[in-house]
Amino acid sequence: MSAPASAVAELLRRGAELPRLRRPSAWGLAGLACAAIIATPIATVLFALLLPGSDTWRHLVETVLADYVINSLLLMLGVSLGAGSIGVTCAWLTSMYRFPGRQLFSWALLLPLAMPAYIIAYTYTGMFEVAGPVQGWIRDTFAVAYGEYWFPNVRSLGGAVMMFSLVLYPYVYLLARAAFLEQSVCALEASRTLGCSPWRSFYAVALPLARPAIVTGLSLALMETLADYGTVAYFGVSTFTTGIFRTWFGLYDATAAAQLSAMLLCFVFALLALERWSRRQQRYHHSSNRYQALPQLRLRPLAAGIASLACALPLFFGFALPAGQLGLWAIETWGEMVDAEFVELALHSFALAGGAALLALIPALLLGYGVRVDGSATMRFLARFSGMGYAIPGTVIAVGVMIPFGKLDNSIDAWARETFDFSTGLLFSGTVFALLFAYVVRFLTVSLNTVEAGLGRIRPSMDEAARSMGYGGVEVVRRVHLPIIRGSLLTALIIVFVDVLKELPATLVLRPFNFNTLAVRAWELAADERLADSSSAALAIVLVGIVPVILLSLTIARSRPGHARKPQPQ
Amino acid sequence: MPASLSLNSVDIALDGTPIVHAASFELAAGEIGCLLGPSGCGKTTLLRAIAGFERPAAGEIHIDGQLVASAASCIAAERRHIGMVFQDLALFPHLSVAGNIAFGMRGASRRDIDLRVAELLHLVGLEPLKNSYPHQLSGGQQQRIALIRAMAPRPRILLLDEPFSSQDVELREQLAHEVRKLLRRDGITALLVTHDQHEAFAMADRIGVIESGRLLQWDSAFKLYHEPATRFVADFIGQGVLLCGAVIDGQHLQTELGLIEGDLPEALQPGQMVDLLVRPDDVLHDDASAWSGTVVDKTFRGADHLYTLRLPGSTRVLCLAPSHHDHAIGEQIGIRLELDHLVVFPREQQAAVHAGTGDLIERAGR
Repeated sequence: MSAPASAVAELLRRGAELPRLRRPSAWGLAGLACAAIIATPIATVLFALLLPGSDTWRHLVETVLADYVINSLLLMLGVSLGAGSIGVTCAWLTSMYRFPGRQLFSWALLLPLAMPAYIIAYTYTGMFEVAGPVQGWIRDTFAVAYGEYWFPNVRSLGGAVMMFSLVLYPYVYLLARAAFLEQSVCALEASRTLGCSPWRSFYAVALPLARPAIVTGLSLALMETLADYGTVAYFGVSTFTTGIFRTWFGLYDATAAAQLSAMLLCFVFALLALERWSRRQQRYHHSSNRYQALPQLRLRPLAAGIASLACALPLFFGFALPAGQLGLWAIETWGEMVDAEFVELALHSFALAGGAALLALIPALLLGYGVRVDGSATMRFLARFSGMGYAIPGTVIAVGVMIPFGKLDNSIDAWARETFDFSTGLLFSGTVFALLFAYVVRFLTVSLNTVEAGLGRIRPSMDEAARSMGYGGVEVVRRVHLPIIRGSLLTALIIVFVDVLKELPATLVLRPFNFNTLAVRAWELAADERLADSSSAALAIVLVGIVPVILLSLTIARSRPGHARKPQPQ
Repeated sequence: MPASLSLNSVDIALDGTPIVHAASFELAAGEIGCLLGPSGCGKTTLLRAIAGFERPAAGEIHIDGQLVASAASCIAAERRHIGMVFQDLALFPHLSVAGNIAFGMRGASRRDIDLRVAELLHLVGLEPLKNSYPHQLSGGQQQRIALIRAMAPRPRILLLDEPFSSQDVELREQLAHEVRKLLRRDGITALLVTHDQHEAFAMADRIGVIESGRLLQWDSAFKLYHEPATRFVADFIGQGVLLCGAVIDGQHLQTELGLIEGDLPEALQPGQMVDLLVRPDDVLHDDASAWSGTVVDKTFRGADHLYTLRLPGSTRVLCLAPSHHDHAIGEQIGIRLELDHLVVFPREQQAAVHAGTGDLIERAGR
């Protein structure tokens, strides 16, 4: 962390000594380099669209492409309805009413964020499949044999929709709740004085005001849905990500895989446009700066019971039940699964995640300071562009990283052989380099947003105040900036660390030979139907995943207007 | 003894746009100066150039006789030994009150720092807040801490950029008086930037009125009010109207309110049309007077009434009358002018001015 910090300090010092002579070139170049990282996989994949379609491609178009499109659309539709209704309902209840457990639910409803979709998917499969405890109990209790009763098949498109809805609704919940809480209570009270019932006020005022936030939350949830590989692969639902894997690993056709990736990217870009658009709308929906805590109506016992239940169900099915099942399995298999190999696996994963988190901080700091010091439209664009990696599915990034690095490795190897009669092997594509690169592409958004939020707390006048008191640029960074953004830097590290730990598809494609992580191991065991054996690794991922959820809820509690901390004037 | 601060025809441009033109003024040691003007007039830019955050395109800035900025050379802000209070205060959120105050006292011994921090906190009566953090303070408390933080290293000059703008109106004047007392007590040379003339009057010994980047007049508050050098200053400072008049000779002026006697600038020719500055307190309510006006608007201000009167020629003047002289709108009341000295501005474009129409100036009121 100190290397980038001092580099930044140096740049800042040079910029600071010449107040009239800005140096857009230094920051511009740094920004351009960061943007190039993000652009590499996108450009690679989009470029594939220009290449002639191979036989594989024609085969794909004739046979499965329609399935990919239809399944992806159905998934998106289902998740919109599922995650949307759960998220909005819980958000409305916890922000408007008082009922038993509200305080607990308001943060605990975020817990399913810690549960990767592929983990909840095979946990539910283990519980609800034919040989699982639930169906076994049904057969024993009602004395029926398999086939004589109806039971929904978990491993289906509908099952996948359920899984995604259960773990992705927090995105909608989070943003909708923030929107409800930010709405001035006056708007709601005004509608009441104009003769609307509480329910009508919800439909006519609160919901339309929160709509941009809800759409933003949904688009984030849908991006995750499109990015998923583990769940759909496990459930045998054909989508773009499974198609890309099959083309890459089964048909060995990189170009066709890239072409599929490009089509997936089109879906993603549409969602990205939707998200950006709705975020813009959100700005216009702030009608008042006067906050007043919502009245939080007390519900009658029956209604309160229903409200508690409505909030308890998603929490139970999205987190408590699968986490509990994982816990049981882990206790069962602890002895044989948690051994030296498991520890090594965990260390691998932590080292990889830690390395990626630190690496992602460098471009984040460069871009964040670039925008702060340079502030030109170009710089802001470069930062915005570099921050869109979160939308790009890991599978697409993997394909987009593997192709150019593979080509680069082959040329280096060919050149080395010719010149020195010596084979270099795969310097980039076959090592953790490619993996770290892909992680930075995907998770730079997280670092960048957090770093920018931290830098936003340092007002320009604070720099000037420090300088008027005799401190030079480097000292200003050390004595003013670092203490203020330290917390943000740590948050950025933690969140990226956990995200990398959970990441599956890019890791599957890019990991060096015989290099395993917790996520990959859990996935492999589950794919081999060794569900109980996979639970230790899965549980480790889930437990670590709770940390950013706690951070998130703390941040929210602190930032809410009128809560705990007094806001600074101006 | 050299002036504490001196500017010599300073030009400043930001991103190629000229902001300040040929600003020159001097501030003696221990004096409090003020740059006053409407927003966007360049006063803050000028202050920032003195602080070292902007660089002049031409001219020279000296602090205590040392050349700190010219087109050729520019000493960095951190090496100018100045103190600055920012519009948004810019307290460091990660440091306690004591930490904030001590921040600028680098190189001083622990003991000196503790003494100085205690002394300054005592001055503003905030000793109990020593270990609090900025977000725990009220606006007025933050204000005082920001001020003593800037004073702590005993800067050569203290710069204040709209320091009270984030405060309530009631608090502003109180703070302004308080700050003036503090600065006076320590004999600190200070320069304040504000758009609020009441603030300027409450604090400053010398005030510079700036319009569109030009320093129009650098004078005491009394002089600015009674002897404004330009129409803009007359308009910007205080209330009043410009009454059209014709020069009779060097001592007499014919206006709608009769023949006015007083010293006129020698450059004026008999017969020339001029505008005479008439302040509300120059217009006396006198029932015995031959001149009268119709009340068109009135504001009760407690101790007095401020009447807007329409003269027969439809010119409007303001009249400050004692509180018990209560007249209804539409009533005709007798008035006469009583002027200690005449402030006149020659009419540049006589043709463009409608005969008998004065400019109603009501900018000054809050």
